Amino acid sequence: MSEDFNDNKTIQAQSSETTSGGGAGVTPDTDYVRPAEVADQDLYHGHSFITKWVFCQDAKVIGVQYFLLATFTGIIGLILSWLMRLQLGFPEVASFMTAEHYYQFVTMHGMIMVVYFLTALFLGGFGNYLIPLMTGARDMVFPYVNMVSFWMFFIAVGVLLASFFVPGGPTGSGWTLYPPQSILEGTPGSGMGIILMLISLSLFVIGFTMGGLNYLITVLQARTRGMTLMRMPLTVWGIFTATVLAMLAFPALLVSSIMMTLDKILGTSFFMPTILQAGEVLEYGGGSPILFQHLFWFFGHPEVYIVALPAFGIVSDLISVHSRKNIFGYRMMVWAIVVIGALSFFVWAHHMYVSGMHPWFGFFFATTTLIIAVPTALKVYNWILTLWRGNIRMNTVMLWCLGFIVTFVNGGITGIFLGNVIVDVPLSDTYFVVAHFHMVMGIAPLMVIMGAVYHWFPLVSGRMLSEKLGKWHFWFTFLGAYSIYFPMHYLGFIGVPRRYFEMYDSPYITSAVELNQFISTAAFIVGAAQFILIYNIIVSLRIGKPAGKNPWKANSLEWLTPAVPPEHGNWGDKLPVVHRWPYDYSVPGAKEDFIPQTTPPSEVADTEVEKT
Amino acid sequence: MSDPKIEGYEFKPGYKGMARDTASDQTMFKGVHWGKAMMWIFLLSDTFIFSCFLISYMKGRGSTTVEWPNPSEVFALNVGGVPVPLLLIAIMTFVLITSSGTMALAVKYGYERNRKMCGWLILATALGGLTFVGMQAFEWSKLIHEGVRPWTNPFGAPQFGSFFFMITGFHGTHVSIGVIFLSIYAYKTLAGHYDTGKRGWFTSMKGNYVEIEILGLYWHFVDLVWVFIFAFFYLW
Repeated sequence: MSEDFNDNKTIQAQSSETTSGGGAGVTPDTDYVRPAEVADQDLYHGHSFITKWVFCQDAKVIGVQYFLLATFTGIIGLILSWLMRLQLGFPEVASFMTAEHYYQFVTMHGMIMVVYFLTALFLGGFGNYLIPLMTGARDMVFPYVNMVSFWMFFIAVGVLLASFFVPGGPTGSGWTLYPPQSILEGTPGSGMGIILMLISLSLFVIGFTMGGLNYLITVLQARTRGMTLMRMPLTVWGIFTATVLAMLAFPALLVSSIMMTLDKILGTSFFMPTILQAGEVLEYGGGSPILFQHLFWFFGHPEVYIVALPAFGIVSDLISVHSRKNIFGYRMMVWAIVVIGALSFFVWAHHMYVSGMHPWFGFFFATTTLIIAVPTALKVYNWILTLWRGNIRMNTVMLWCLGFIVTFVNGGITGIFLGNVIVDVPLSDTYFVVAHFHMVMGIAPLMVIMGAVYHWFPLVSGRMLSEKLGKWHFWFTFLGAYSIYFPMHYLGFIGVPRRYFEMYDSPYITSAVELNQFISTAAFIVGAAQFILIYNIIVSLRIGKPAGKNPWKANSLEWLTPAVPPEHGNWGDKLPVVHRWPYDYSVPGAKEDFIPQTTPPSEVADTEVEKT
Repeated sequence: MSDPKIEGYEFKPGYKGMARDTASDQTMFKGVHWGKAMMWIFLLSDTFIFSCFLISYMKGRGSTTVEWPNPSEVFALNVGGVPVPLLLIAIMTFVLITSSGTMALAVKYGYERNRKMCGWLILATALGGLTFVGMQAFEWSKLIHEGVRPWTNPFGAPQFGSFFFMITGFHGTHVSIGVIFLSIYAYKTLAGHYDTGKRGWFTSMKGNYVEIEILGLYWHFVDLVWVFIFAFFYLW
């Protein structure tokens, strides 16, 4: 420590003329920040409608594009879930649905929500919009590649949706796409449907890699002066770590997609054992279906954290801003994100306890799974300790954050059930599993997305969203989501299997009929309640209260741009200089209850602010 | 390489220096071009792709019901009626490794701003890559001629054909993409775009000789992957 201190002293002595900040001549030594290492970024400024809004290289526009397309895809996923719930709750009304339709809707709902909605929205949407703004960069480091990334995603979505219109329809093999059944006759969409799905996934991976490289290098190499890694908002940490996971996990998805495409089209037998189809021996033989499961879950488990880590990061920032307190244990939060990310590569086979793999594997993977509970629980404690004696603003954003914490704890606890082999075996493939993963990686991240939308909408549009509508939206969603998923835990305990088109006359399931009707009704209401948000956005864009600069009195850089909403290049002529972390709220002695990251130490010398 | 000079920043050796760089502002890898950092991370991701392929191959080869063909017979080349094992593949590997050498020289001349030498060496690298792909096409057609297909194999396990064509095909695609980019960069270098700072066709960004090094990283990686594929398919 003393060595570093001396270092700084000598640097200050050498180059105090090059410091910036105070316009009126002398800047105090305490405010010194090293000069920029690299020249200012060269940007391509769009000059026509097409280069400004369609094939645009501005990360903010690309972020909004990602957001809108992911939301559009998500609404399709929502409609599919309505159709599924209609069948489960009121099969007589859903007489137009066959079992094949049901499987196709289950599959497409799962794949859309996990990959094309949540992943694209968090990393493509929030990542693109927030990373350059929060780290003080002018844009992503490779704006052109970033633009191509979005358009690859666009094509991937197009191919995915095209599979609804091919003969046989989309694949109905479940979002895990397990072979052999996914490519054999008898499974809906085993022809063109599965092929288009695999192609779409491959395109998504390629597009995402382009975006992901941008996010990583922007965070690593393009931060502004004074922005150290440990001064980054947790949002950036969450998205950054999730992107690292994606860069290392998506390869397994790409490889398994390629291999299965070849199994389907060329008749190779990577995943196909000797097998009969309709009493006839097929040409396949000698492949391993379990290999696919390993590859898929080596992608699939980190994928859960690709969705969860950005949510963790964003919610930490929202809680801190809206309870006017620094985040409790910032460094601990950062390390927890990193550790969760690393551990997520060693737990994949807990999705495969009943696949017939060696029992010792189950032992190992149960242990690693339960270890993840440690950093995760730590994060939950820190969120609660951040709220502890905070000056909590009970606005819509805070409601969503609180909803997230409760939902996440709930889903996390059922995760501990399922992580143990011996508890998992009877519960696997029941509604308990459905309830668990919807709580922990469906509803919980969704709550964060909603909170983030209410929080950052004023920045993106320059207008506030209606609080009144926001609260209605929250309470419908929160209470509704619990009405849906709480009873599902019970359904799982009594043994109702998931992915069943109908329950027939199983005597032990008759008690579930009314419960299913209740769940379906709640699902319709919750789904419809999401249109409150869409209405709110459309109306607020026109007549919302003008937000002005920094309406939440936040510290992080995205609120400190010269123009609201920020323009291309973000910072006008001069890049911001950072002097502190983004969590200096309610500092004793300070004039206001927040100290933006750009405030130099000399301005707050007489407060009790800590050096960060 | 010596550390780059950065105003107001003092480099420290060893782990301490690494920790210092990590804890500092602006950049984590001091003086490293954005594109170069990007290529390293891309290659890490690509390593995972090839690892998944090769691990799948090991699993597939380990669990087939039919015996795996003997590589020294399948890949042998008949020279004057005598089958010589590993002959073609030895030449292919030699060509590819040599092209790595010319690439490294091109990077050196690029940093010396020797436009001509740099450009011609990149072109030589591209030719090496093209020769490799050509010989691979020859090997593929030889195997196909003998009846090996992705779905069947007269010499034993059908997975042999599946994995061989898939993995060498995926690697060959990497080489081909490399050849295309090498040709473009050879043109750009010889036309002097890096000296005049002419803007790129697509990205409208100014070029720089560092791009040669970035392309070189990719090329060396493709060679390195080949060494693994060589070991796993031909020597196992």
